[in-house]
Amino acid sequence: MAKVPVQFTLNGEEKADFVDGGATLLKVLREKVGDTSAKAGCQQGTCGSCSVIIDGELRLSCLTLAETCGGAEIHTTGGLATDGVLHPLQRAFMDEFAAQCGFCTPGMIMAAKVLLDRNPNPSHEDVVEALSGNVCRCTGYEPIIRAVLTAARSNSQNAA
Amino acid sequence: MPLALKTCSTISEAGTALKEAGTRYLGGGTLVVRAANEGDVSVSTLVRSTDPALSSISIDGGRATIGASVTMSAVARHPGLSSIAKVAKAVGGPAIRNMATVGGNLFAASPYGDFTVALLALDATVHTTEGHLGAEEFLAGRDGRVVSAVSFDVPSAEQFRFVKISRIKPKGVSVLSIAALVENAGGKINGARIALGCMADRPIRAKAAEKALAGATLTEEGVAPAVAAIGEGTRPLTDAIASAWYRGEVLPVHFRRLLLE
Amino acid sequence: MKLAKSYFADQRTDDLKELGQGLPRSDVPGHVTGKTTYFADRTFPGMLYLKMVRSPHHHARIRSVDLSDAEKHPGVHRILTHKDIPHNLYTILILIQVGPEDEHVLAEDKVRWKGEAVVAVLADSERAANEAAAKVKVDYEVLPDVLDIDSALAPGAPIVNEHHGQNYYMYDSGQSRKVRYGDVEKGFAEADHILEQTYYSSPIEQAPMETTGCIVTPDGNDRFTCYTNTQAMFFTLDNTSIILQMPGHKLHMVGGTVGGGFGGKVDVTVEPIAILAAKLTGRPVSFIYGRYEEMQISSPRAAEKIVLKDGVMKDGRIVARQVWGYTDAGAYSRHSPYGAQKGAAHYPGPYTIPNVWVDTWCVYTNRTPSSAMRGFGVTIADFALEVQMDKLARLIGMDPLEFRFINAYRDGDMKAHRQPTTGAALIECMQEASRVANWPIAEKYLEMSSYKEV
Repeated sequence: MAKVPVQFTLNGEEKADFVDGGATLLKVLREKVGDTSAKAGCQQGTCGSCSVIIDGELRLSCLTLAETCGGAEIHTTGGLATDGVLHPLQRAFMDEFAAQCGFCTPGMIMAAKVLLDRNPNPSHEDVVEALSGNVCRCTGYEPIIRAVLTAARSNSQNAA
Repeated sequence: MPLALKTCSTISEAGTALKEAGTRYLGGGTLVVRAANEGDVSVSTLVRSTDPALSSISIDGGRATIGASVTMSAVARHPGLSSIAKVAKAVGGPAIRNMATVGGNLFAASPYGDFTVALLALDATVHTTEGHLGAEEFLAGRDGRVVSAVSFDVPSAEQFRFVKISRIKPKGVSVLSIAALVENAGGKINGARIALGCMADRPIRAKAAEKALAGATLTEEGVAPAVAAIGEGTRPLTDAIASAWYRGEVLPVHFRRLLLE
Repeated sequence: MKLAKSYFADQRTDDLKELGQGLPRSDVPGHVTGKTTYFADRTFPGMLYLKMVRSPHHHARIRSVDLSDAEKHPGVHRILTHKDIPHNLYTILILIQVGPEDEHVLAEDKVRWKGEAVVAVLADSERAANEAAAKVKVDYEVLPDVLDIDSALAPGAPIVNEHHGQNYYMYDSGQSRKVRYGDVEKGFAEADHILEQTYYSSPIEQAPMETTGCIVTPDGNDRFTCYTNTQAMFFTLDNTSIILQMPGHKLHMVGGTVGGGFGGKVDVTVEPIAILAAKLTGRPVSFIYGRYEEMQISSPRAAEKIVLKDGVMKDGRIVARQVWGYTDAGAYSRHSPYGAQKGAAHYPGPYTIPNVWVDTWCVYTNRTPSSAMRGFGVTIADFALEVQMDKLARLIGMDPLEFRFINAYRDGDMKAHRQPTTGAALIECMQEASRVANWPIAEKYLEMSSYKEV
């Protein structure tokens, strides 16, 4: 079986490995690199549980071949807290009861982070649109939307 | 055999690689990687091209040329393509739009391929490794050619109408989609091109309705014959989203609304 | 949030300290940091992947199974058939003596639903397992099928499951669970109006975000650790013990956070075969449903057919209720004999009716076996009952909410299945609902109480 080398940064740290040519980034992150925060919910691009940020853009790691990520900057929810300090989105998801079983949560947080990075003061509608590729089955969407809006508010208060 | 990825620097190199058995072109991965994940073992080598020309958008004299690797997000945010931005925005969620390509959309089976519905209504030209052809002709064959770009005359916002109906708000898989390019002169319709998604295994033109619209006015009475004819020649899809019966029933409703909105 | 403390004020010491306060969930820090460990967040060296070859037919006889090409496929380590399973015939509720055993872990002579497991392929990659599965040749003789309750119970219908002998579950009470209370015919004879309606529901998939699965590691001492997302750890442990004929102490079942279940993960479908695979290969084994399997193979909420016949007086009293409830179990029992039985006790609803007659049936069809989902056995019953209540109120020209006050059960009332009512709060809930929904009701209903002074 032909393995190919791939090198990228994950949450700011350099990672390198030999992967199968057809291996998805999701599989490589979870099984080779050891970051299991992205989840395999459908592996069809339908549920958003595997969402990660690649070079600043939201992507589905289940449909991205790892080999195509050479040199990329990848961010996951697993690396969002810095030195044990939670990101405002993580704080808000806790406070607003926005994570019940928790399986969709890392993907939701990635989708929300891309939104807030570009639009620090989103409307309710903006949040709905930003999360429209992420499915939740138990928490319910309203607490999640509230959490994103709360995080945006706390960000702008911190900036002020 | 494990799945392999072959990366080619030029599109013609990719075209040659695709002549091998068991190969398929990899665009954004939303169709072919999905199939592999679901256990489809018919493809053993994915071929992609990193040719920068595939990712460019150019607009020259009102005609847009969009490279096959251009994503839905790139179309949606391009200032020169604002009249069709809503089509690109109707595809998937944000992550899918960052991955799904214009070229890949041409190969999507129903209920996917909403962007291609628009390309069909715009009478787009499909540029391939083996020459150019019209979108309708391309869709009839959809063979192993590699698509390098699509080109079309950019419509005005007044001319171009598009609707995608989903069961989930704000986004979901298509129940159906309709794209229409309507030339309206002095209250009368000069000509119209209408394309439908989910009304066959791939996007199709609604030629009977197009004919019925010629010379009609955009009024309840004026569009009635076209609304009555919109289902002609369709063979709607039955899937987990909707039955053929349901799709057939709601098609005239949404078509009428699209014309009169 | 404001607590309505006026209700039952004399019955409680008002010393609650937690209600009305915000409390963080104990597991939420793990969720938001992606650190919560789900069963699949594990990788083991040398892990094999299990791919199930499933029936493409609703009902068919298996003439032959040819594994020769599949076994030779590169990467394949072993292919399991029914011959490898120590005790291949099982039923989950045998643990509480609800038999007969009626389901094969891997099909033997027949398949009874589209998706039934036939053989299990073990390979060192998912890709190799999929490729080899495509090379398994099963020769089927397709049989006539029944796909709904009515055709299953029609005379001369093909028998779905020979272990039952007829297309319904035989309870100790006969072909249905029965509730008999008062004299329902007398009640109908006295009634001002009679309304009989039939209600249907379709199967509903739980669709959890995390698909069903498990990962098993052999520990080298004929003991196995099974990381699973089951919602029913001891059903799984005990049934696995029976199927594999292994004492429980050899089976170390590790549960944990489940990525959504809603009842869809209480059946025992992945663990026994994965543990057996680990035992026979000596390798760690991963058996995780894909999304298609989760939607089509994992057991949904049952389809139901419910016939409700009510006798009602002009003054609003329901004097007789007769119910025929049918649960579509699919091809095998799983938890459906229990679900159908639960319906029998539930059918009068939260209403006091003097004459009640209920028959609930657990029916077998060639559909995906159905099982638990959030209140199975009663949720669809409640849909039918409450639609029927609205229809009855309309029939006698009464406000639907006031109609429910007249019939609501109160403390001390005897329920049809002969459990006295205690701790009722329906009246109070409806009073609050009337206020919150701004749905006015007559003063006398606002003065009612569930509580009866003894």
